[in-house]
Order: sequence, then C-alpha cells, then structure tokens
Amino acid sequence: MNRDELLRSMNEAIVAGNKAAAAALGAEAVRSGADLLEVIEKGYVPGLQRVGELWEQGEYFLPELISSAEAMKAAMAVLKPELDRKNIEARGGGKVVIGTVEGDIHDIGKNLVASMLQAGGFEVYDLGADVKLERFIEKAEAVGAGIICLSALLTTTMTNQKRLIGLLREKGLRDKYKVLVGGAPASHKWADEIGADGYAENAVAAVKLVRAMSGVD
Amino acid sequence: MIETKRPKLELLSGTFVEMLVDEGLTLLETRGVMVENADALRLLGDAGAVVDLASQRARLGRRLVEGCLASTPSSITLFDRSGEKAFAVGGDEVHFDPGSAAVTLLDHDTQEERKAATADLVDFYKLVETLEHIHFQSTGLISSDVPAAVSDGYRLYLGLCLSAKPFVTGTFRVEGFRPMKDFLVAVRGGERELRLKPLAIFDACPSPPLKWSNLTAQSLLDAARAGIPSELISMGLTGATSPVTIAGTLVQHVAENLSGLTICQVAAKGAPVIFGGSPASFDMRKGTTPMGAIETMMIDSAYAQIGKFLKLPTHAYMGLSDAKINDPQAGFETALGAVLGALSGINVISGPGMLDFESSQSLEKLVIDDGICAMVYRLLAGIAQRDDPIALGLFEGFAPDMQFLSLPHTRQWYRKEHILAGLVDRDPYEAWVTAGRTSIVDKAHADVQRRLGKYDAPPLSDPVRKEMDKIMTAYARSLGVDRLPVWEL
Repeated sequence: MNRDELLRSMNEAIVAGNKAAAAALGAEAVRSGADLLEVIEKGYVPGLQRVGELWEQGEYFLPELISSAEAMKAAMAVLKPELDRKNIEARGGGKVVIGTVEGDIHDIGKNLVASMLQAGGFEVYDLGADVKLERFIEKAEAVGAGIICLSALLTTTMTNQKRLIGLLREKGLRDKYKVLVGGAPASHKWADEIGADGYAENAVAAVKLVRAMSGVD
Repeated sequence: MIETKRPKLELLSGTFVEMLVDEGLTLLETRGVMVENADALRLLGDAGAVVDLASQRARLGRRLVEGCLASTPSSITLFDRSGEKAFAVGGDEVHFDPGSAAVTLLDHDTQEERKAATADLVDFYKLVETLEHIHFQSTGLISSDVPAAVSDGYRLYLGLCLSAKPFVTGTFRVEGFRPMKDFLVAVRGGERELRLKPLAIFDACPSPPLKWSNLTAQSLLDAARAGIPSELISMGLTGATSPVTIAGTLVQHVAENLSGLTICQVAAKGAPVIFGGSPASFDMRKGTTPMGAIETMMIDSAYAQIGKFLKLPTHAYMGLSDAKINDPQAGFETALGAVLGALSGINVISGPGMLDFESSQSLEKLVIDDGICAMVYRLLAGIAQRDDPIALGLFEGFAPDMQFLSLPHTRQWYRKEHILAGLVDRDPYEAWVTAGRTSIVDKAHADVQRRLGKYDAPPLSDPVRKEMDKIMTAYARSLGVDRLPVWEL
C-alpha cells in the first residue's frame, strides 16, 4: 500500500466506523515506518472531520458518530505507544475532566461527548455519572486539566452545574478553568445565567466548543 | 342477536410471542439481573436463584420464574377511596390515568413550561376528578414549594385529600414508602382492608439493561408485603440501553419485568403485579426518548400482548406526546397512542395531559385528552346488533322522501350509537368564524376553568383527614420540614 492509499484507507475506515480496519491500518503504518504525525493529521483526522460534516448535514446519526469515534480511539491506541517510544508529541487538545453531576445517573450523552473528545485528540478524564462536585475539582487540579465539562439530564440536577461554579469561586479557582455545560435541560441561556463558559447542544458541537476554548482552532 | 366483537390489535404471531418469552427466560437464567438490594438478593437466593452477592447479580432459573408467574394474580381489582366503586385491572379492560411525575406544568397564559407548586397540584387533582374518561388519578406533578425529600409522600397526601379515584404513584426514596402506605391504610382503616381493596398502584422502574436499583427493588418488596400492586416499568431505549431491534428490546423487556415479578413473589407469594413499561424508540439524532414515535407504540402494544400471554395485567405509557405545547403533534401523537393502546387491551394507560418526553403536564391537554379517551371507549364498545332484523324493519313503507330524523328508533339509539364529543370543532365554517375562530386549546382552557369551578370535593371523613394530616406532618418533621404550604379543598 503506498502512502496515498494508506491515508485514504485510514480516512475511509474512520468514516465507515470500522474499528478493526482503523487499528490494522495504524499497525501497518507503524510496521512500514510511516510518518506517524502525518498519518494522524492527513489520514485519520480528515476522516473524523468528514464524520462531523456528515452529522451536521443530517446524513449521520448517533450510531455512526459513536462507531467512528471508537474507530479513531482504536487507531490512536495502536499509534500512541509508538509515538511515546519515539518521544513524539501528537498535536493534543489538552486535558478535559468530564462527568454527569451528582444525583443524576444519566450518562449516554456524556459518554458520547467523552468519546468524541477523546477521538478528537483530547486527554479525557471521565468521572462517570452521579459525580460529587468536589471530585470534578480534585481531578482537574490533580491532572492539570483546563476544561471541566458537566452533564445533567434532569431539571432537578442541573442546579448542580451552577453549584460547581460557586464551589470553584469559593476556592478561588474559577479563573483557572473553563466550565462547559450540556444535557437536555441546559441551554445557552442557562450557561449565561449560571456564569458557565459555554454550552453545546450535541457531541459534535461539544468538540467544536472544547477546541475553541482550548485554542486548538 | 350477534355478540358484539371487541376490536383488537395483535402485532405478534403466537409463535413469535413464545420465542420472545423463551429468550427472556434464557437471558435471566444465563446472564441474570443486577439487584442492588441485599434483602431482595437474599430472598432470591433462598428461592433458588444463583446469587453472587459480591457482584449483586442473580441468575433466575426457568422453574423459579415460571413458579412466580403461576402465583401472580391475572387480574387486580382496584377500589376508589370510598371502597365502593371497583375497577378491574385485567382482561381487556382499559383505564386511563394522567402521565405521572411531570416536573413542569405548561402554563396556558405564557405557553411556557414552569415548575409546579402546590396550588397547581390542587388544580390538577381537582380537574382530573371531574374527567369522566380518565378513571385513575396519578401523582402527576411534583410540588416545587416543598422540599424534594418529602415530595413523593406529599403529592400522594394532597391527591388522596382531593380525589376519590384510585391512584398510580411511586416512591422517590426508600423512606418514602412508609408514609405513603400509611396514607392508604388511613383511608381504608387498616392494613388488611387495604390488602382487600387496593387503592393505589406503585410504579417501579428497573434501570436498563437488567438492573433493579436499591430504591426500586425495595419498592417492589415493600409493596408486595403490603399487598399493593407494583407496576413494572421497564424502559429500554432502542439502540442505547436496549437492543436496537424492536424484537430485541422486547426480549430485554420480558427479562426485566419477569425479574421484577420474581422479586415481588419471593417477597410475598400472590403479590399483585402489573406487566408495564415505558420503553422508547431512542432518537438517534437528538438522543431523546420519543413517546410519540410509532415504534415506541409498537413496542408497547407488543409487550402488552406478551403480558396477556403470560396472563398478567398490563400497563403502558401511551396517549401522550413529545410536543412542547398543545399543537397538532400533541393531538395526533396522543390520539394515535390512546387508540393503539386501547385496541391492544392495555389495562392501565398512563399518558393523558403529558407532553415533552414525560416531563410536562398540561391542564388544557388533560381536558382535550379526556375527549380522545371518550372516542377510544366508543371504539372499544364496537358495533352492536341492536335490532333483529338489523334494519329491514326501518324500511317498511320506503318512499323517496323518507328520512330517519323523526323515527322513534333514531331517538332510541342515537346516544348509544354516537357519542357527543366534547371540545372538537364541528361548526360549519361561518359559525366557527362568528364564534371567534376559537381553537380547541382556548376552548379547553375555558373548560378547565369551568370544571375547577364546579369541582365538588368527594366526602372524606374528619378522622381520616386528621390522620392523614398527622402522618404528613410527622413525615415532614422527620426530615426537618416544619411548614408545608397552605392549600384549600
């Protein structure tokens, strides 16, 4: 397989959400000594961008989105050890702490956002669902994350998004983090009201928002 | 005279039903179910289930589940608050109740969803009390002006004070069961009396896939021991929390509901259980849970058919909409669901009044939906043979200028054959224009006001009311709540 074929196949594997092919092509790149940064930037990433476009055009739905993100993660899992071994820094998006706030056990949407962020090159710390507010801050402090993403699916638990911002203020840490909110009852208006840094209505928009916030774009 | 046929919908073939049940049983036997409740796990283990306490997983053998099915009553009789009026929950009987536990109320004046307060709950219960075709009440709204900790008990307390209809309700916290049962016992005058004449159904929702949380498992145990019917609300989301195929979701539905039924039976043999649910066709674009999707209704109709095959009373969330206001979508989704649910012979249909993915209630919609329910009951009554011969006698003396309006036969039968639908528009165009082009929503709003005005509190004896107040006050105090909102009958 020549270079162009390899890059095109990688792109196609991501668009098709083919986890096995994405990983196998990664292994092929490692074996043949290809330029791994080029492989990521010109092979896989354009595939992921295409998936985002297809979502925005209404062609792709959640199952396509999640399987493409999984394929991207599978490819990166193959490439990462090799990059580490060669001491190459892949263009990362930074560190993100994410979770569903306490009192709320819904995690489908949050999982999707976490997956898409990970696929998009971010180092994601997913704390799961029903997460105590203090834990978001502890984790962000511990790993040096710049962004905290809060999910809530209930009108009764969305107030915990507001509480987290209050908690950050109390600790004098508010300016250290970008706090982004999402979930069914949240909105731009809600984000403004509680003094959050942003709101995204779906996983694709969430990745765009996080990229913008972390200065990747 | 020919027997009137009850119209009936069955989406599955008999063989398919058997296959779905068989896979559900195999799933319980091989993969089991998670039960995050030590008491339930112990009881299941004692009854012969293979229980792993560390992982909280119970594998339920076929014989255990089939034995539990055999001891579950095929029909339940609920009684109203007076204990006089009986409602059979079984066979092909159909009873509607408002979709329950909405977090917001659609405010007619602003057309915005807002949190409901005690005053709204009072209006809600009063209104439902006047709606003839909605047989049961549900604790359909949550008061935002009482602390969340007491809100499960408080909504049942208010409802039982204001309405005589049987209730569909449920607990939000493990500790909520006790006062809620105490209210019911207070109304009936004793635990034994409540067992003989159940007044409320308690909903319990497993977490898909295949898990009973501590709260929901405890609700099953508590209700079973008190003889209170448990309504099992399995709610897989196709492709998200259950298999994407409708048939695949049905397998999970069977397994979840039968595991709940088994927990009830090992707690109290013969405990009343309703095979219900609130599954949905997961929206792959928005990630939402559309109750108005035709596939959601197909899942509901099909699991109800399975429930009937298992000789169990049935329930579904149908006759509701995902629209945010009372628009055409609200009407057609509600009517479609109510008709399909009733034709499927589902015993308890929770839905009227409900909007926005089970999260909002509308008083105007309740009134409109009562009219839909009226039409549904007419449909279920079928086409009867009233005369023999059917019509030949009416044509004796047939002449070209013949009409039927003045016939005694017409006057005799028209009210039985045709219902006079309440709020729908049947004006000729000019009359409609002259009357101010009123929409059904405006008519409904006026009707809500009229009904609230004519609400007549069904009699509740002083000692019972005092006992209810005492229980409510004690429950609130136990949670550090000293004051509850003031409200009036």
